[in-house]
Amino acid sequence: MTVFDVEKIRQDFPILKEKIRGKDLVYLDNAATCQKPQSVIDSIVHVYSHDYANVHRGVHTLSVRSTDKFEAARTKVKEFINAASDKEIIFVKGATEAVNLVAQTYGKANIKAGDEIVITAMEHHSNIVPWQILCEQTGAVLRVAPINRAGELIFAEFEQLLNDKTKLVSVVHMSNALGTINPVKAIIEAAHAKNIPVLLDGAQAIPHIAVDVQALDCDFYVFSGHKLYAPTGTGVLYGKQALLEAMPPYQGGGDMIRKVTFTETEYNTLPYKFEAGTPNVADVIGLGAAIDYINAIGMPAIAAYEAELLDYATTKARAIKGLKIIGEAEEKGAILSFVLDKIHPHDIGTMLDSLGIAIRAGHHCAMPVMDFYHVPATARASFALYNTRQEIDVLMNGIESLIEVFG
Amino acid sequence: MFDDLRDLYQEVIFDHNRNPRNFRVIDDADRKVEGFNPLCGDRLTLYLKMDGDVISDASFQGSGCAISTASVSLMTEIVKGKTEQEADALFKQFHEMTTGKDEYFNLEAIGKLAVLAGVREYPARVKCATLAWHTLDAALKNQQQAISTE
Repeated sequence: MTVFDVEKIRQDFPILKEKIRGKDLVYLDNAATCQKPQSVIDSIVHVYSHDYANVHRGVHTLSVRSTDKFEAARTKVKEFINAASDKEIIFVKGATEAVNLVAQTYGKANIKAGDEIVITAMEHHSNIVPWQILCEQTGAVLRVAPINRAGELIFAEFEQLLNDKTKLVSVVHMSNALGTINPVKAIIEAAHAKNIPVLLDGAQAIPHIAVDVQALDCDFYVFSGHKLYAPTGTGVLYGKQALLEAMPPYQGGGDMIRKVTFTETEYNTLPYKFEAGTPNVADVIGLGAAIDYINAIGMPAIAAYEAELLDYATTKARAIKGLKIIGEAEEKGAILSFVLDKIHPHDIGTMLDSLGIAIRAGHHCAMPVMDFYHVPATARASFALYNTRQEIDVLMNGIESLIEVFG
Repeated sequence: MFDDLRDLYQEVIFDHNRNPRNFRVIDDADRKVEGFNPLCGDRLTLYLKMDGDVISDASFQGSGCAISTASVSLMTEIVKGKTEQEADALFKQFHEMTTGKDEYFNLEAIGKLAVLAGVREYPARVKCATLAWHTLDAALKNQQQAISTE
């Protein structure tokens, strides 16, 4: 596709034809989860209709077919984020599980009392709580690099937190509450200069930014499929092979073993060592279909289109009296978090819903970020490749009308 | 433009949101309980002044959405002068009205509070309306710890 044809893209997403309370759906809650194209929906129907059986264990035809498609999805993920090997792609149920996996395997094996883990003040709960649990278990200490009012990491203060005791840096690639895109390359370079490995939480970044884990040189990268137009219950942990090889397993069970007796167990090779039990076969195949869909459009084209949408929305939002944008980082993805004078985000959410507009109202699973800005919650419009300028107009008109109603 | 919402956002609710009643601290309050809705960040502190088992004064501080602000504002008005038993009965009536489990709540007894009946159609907003009353319930039971709707 040479020209970004949003009207054609919209035809691919059946849910966009839904009426909400009698109005055309304007879906602007993409940072929570994205809608699915027909090709992804079809891929799941197809696998259950024609190819489905358990993977990695049957000699029969359907098991072979399922295994082939499941492993083909792994290769698609590998190519999508430019990992060096399929062995570095671990399927999990989402970004949250991936962070927990790293905390409970790599973390427990390598982090001890007095050691430090560095995160940032813009993390959402899934990149805070797993580390707090690990700190409780080990006696390690969680250090938090501060942000400025624009919602940007204060890099010098982050660098100062890195010391001999720092055993891991875990930072969000793009913030779900603010839209901030972190300077991850510089973060990784600074950490690596002190031999500290870095985990990037890509849950929010993955549908918006072309990710090359080898170019970034991150040690771990995690993301969820459902924010990448793929089914829920799919997620990926990328880890450098040498790190994954050295890590103890996460959960025990079938598929992750090579040989089991009652006295000892020999673990399977990568990536299966971390994939105990029957995996989410059909949905992972759906994740492969989602990557095919994105590749056919092209990440650069998607990123450019979304940047344009964000610019348009930001300009319009700034013109609304009483609206304050929360998160104005120089480097920012397609998220517009805002508050209105004297109107609570939940009222904004309910009122916009009555116009068919879906936004998020709340703390976005990032309560510390809300505390930093002294707001209980924000309203958040987040954009995806199928959104249009007309939809942003509908949103802004809605906001202006509700300001009027509230008086 | 927001015609569909007229049942939820009645003028009385806008009025109480703009000008909440009893929005003050009672310095010598006999009961003081915090209520918190972690889902949306609504936070209020309820103050009660008791005269025997009669609520002689009620007030609140805090911030929340229009529904929760109007709800607590209306509540402080209506419970003033009521006995603990009467307030508890109102709490039960209000709960039934907002959760829609019983169509036969006593409209007369609930009076002005009926403006909040609309939340029944908005399950995501029920807790906004009931936070105040759960906080009152805790205050009547003389609980000290903060109340959370989650």
